[in-house]
Amino acid sequence: MTSADNLQAFKRAGRIVVVGASLAGLRAAEALRGEGFTGSLTMIGDELGEPYDRPPLSKQVLTGWVPADNTKLPRRRDVDAEWLLGVPASGLDLANNHVRLADGREVPFDRVLISTGVRARPWFVESEAALDGVFVVRTREHAEALQRALAAGPSRVLVIGAGFTGSEIASVCRERDIPVTVAELAPAPLVGALGAMIGDVAADVQRAHGVDLRCGVKVTQLEGDAQGRLRRAHFDDGTTVDADVAVVALGGIRNTDWLRDSGLAAGVWGIACDTGCRALDLNGLVTDDVFVAGDVARCPNPIYEYRLISLEHWANAVEQAEVAAHNMVSGQADRWPHLTLPLFWSIQFGINIKSVGVPTFADEVVVTQGSVPDHRFVAAYGYRGRVTAAVSFNNAKWLDHYRRLIETAAPFPPPCPTPDQPADTKPVPVDFPGPALLAQGATVVVTGHDPSERRVTAAYQHR
Amino acid sequence: MRVVVDLSRCEGYAQCAFLAPDAFRMHGEEALMYDPNPDDARRDQVLRAAAACPVQAILVDLLEGRDAPAEAQSS
Repeated sequence: MTSADNLQAFKRAGRIVVVGASLAGLRAAEALRGEGFTGSLTMIGDELGEPYDRPPLSKQVLTGWVPADNTKLPRRRDVDAEWLLGVPASGLDLANNHVRLADGREVPFDRVLISTGVRARPWFVESEAALDGVFVVRTREHAEALQRALAAGPSRVLVIGAGFTGSEIASVCRERDIPVTVAELAPAPLVGALGAMIGDVAADVQRAHGVDLRCGVKVTQLEGDAQGRLRRAHFDDGTTVDADVAVVALGGIRNTDWLRDSGLAAGVWGIACDTGCRALDLNGLVTDDVFVAGDVARCPNPIYEYRLISLEHWANAVEQAEVAAHNMVSGQADRWPHLTLPLFWSIQFGINIKSVGVPTFADEVVVTQGSVPDHRFVAAYGYRGRVTAAVSFNNAKWLDHYRRLIETAAPFPPPCPTPDQPADTKPVPVDFPGPALLAQGATVVVTGHDPSERRVTAAYQHR
Repeated sequence: MRVVVDLSRCEGYAQCAFLAPDAFRMHGEEALMYDPNPDDARRDQVLRAAAACPVQAILVDLLEGRDAPAEAQSS
């Protein structure tokens, strides 16, 4: 689409295919129609049924308040789409511009939006994952099945992994008065996302609510009985715990496998794109007709040294989808960059945890407001003397202030006087376990010498 | 009726929990839990809650499922 005429023709009668019919896909479809796209719109999704909202699945649905089927997303406008649901995409042919479906169908497009998201990382031993009582939580069906297991009154639930989802599930168990053990390899809950200081607070919160929290341990085996029902878990320190329900909350796997031979820069970290949501090919060249949005997108953020960052955040999916949709039907000069700061929330143990910015992009952290023992505070994160993120516990009203500090590269520790200052405001090292600062392993090999022949090939790693 | 709350925007003012307590509940001091599919009989209450939200974080369905993709079930 180089000329205005072409663009008008495309907006009027072009073909757009959206692969991934969840939050980002739906919001993009609505935005495309809102931008005046009147051509054909096809929505491809591997799950049956209408697009639904996932955050309630680990909260309202698991407490038993809201049936799993009741989280269908509200619509802002008619998207007048053809919906191809229940069949995943299996390939993307950029030579002929069509999406291949797992059942062999081919869907042609002029432009495509990829929003295939993330699936739950399953337990690593297949026979143990298949035991009755072993769950993951990502889809409506997952949540429904786990809710039924919780309602049956299990003797104990084991949550494997104390990230946000695992911690939320542990919180629901305690709310339902179900004994729960949480096993986490790191030294504390949430530590991989928010660092050691917040991790210690999260550990206190969990224990105060009666969670049997075991950190620094690895679950080595899930043991079933003769009927194939889970009965016990074994840890690497030789201890065991008897449980009839285990929830595997070890994060997600980005759904990029289907793009393996597409020539796009897609891999375990997501699909690389520019801030305009245009996918990069393996050589790092920007494509013209392939766009990416949501959990599967890996987008550079200028505030964080232009690093490619993928986010599994609700607001990011919505905003990125709207930018992608706008750019899909706009000429180069009218395109928007996706530049919003990451915003995240988690509700657990009666506490509203929110973050703005990228807490892992930090070397120091300082409590700037409120009281840590009261579990009501804000902590600011800094990297080389500037504010890069903030996390609040029951103090969300202040986060927008910190968003502005981050966007204006305010010095760290933050200078401006804020109310409710704690007595001790000394920054401490942020202390993330594992590789520092969004480190990424190499996933490609560069070959050739002459500029005309230098090319990148993918080097797929198993992890 | 379908409802979604943009909880990244929500700051816990709890206006919705006062105006439509069946659909919106506070969990602790400022965390909001809501029913994404409240009974249609509560529509007026929910619309009032959405209008009163100081940060306009409550999105209510404008179509009531008119564009449901039921016809496309696995085709």
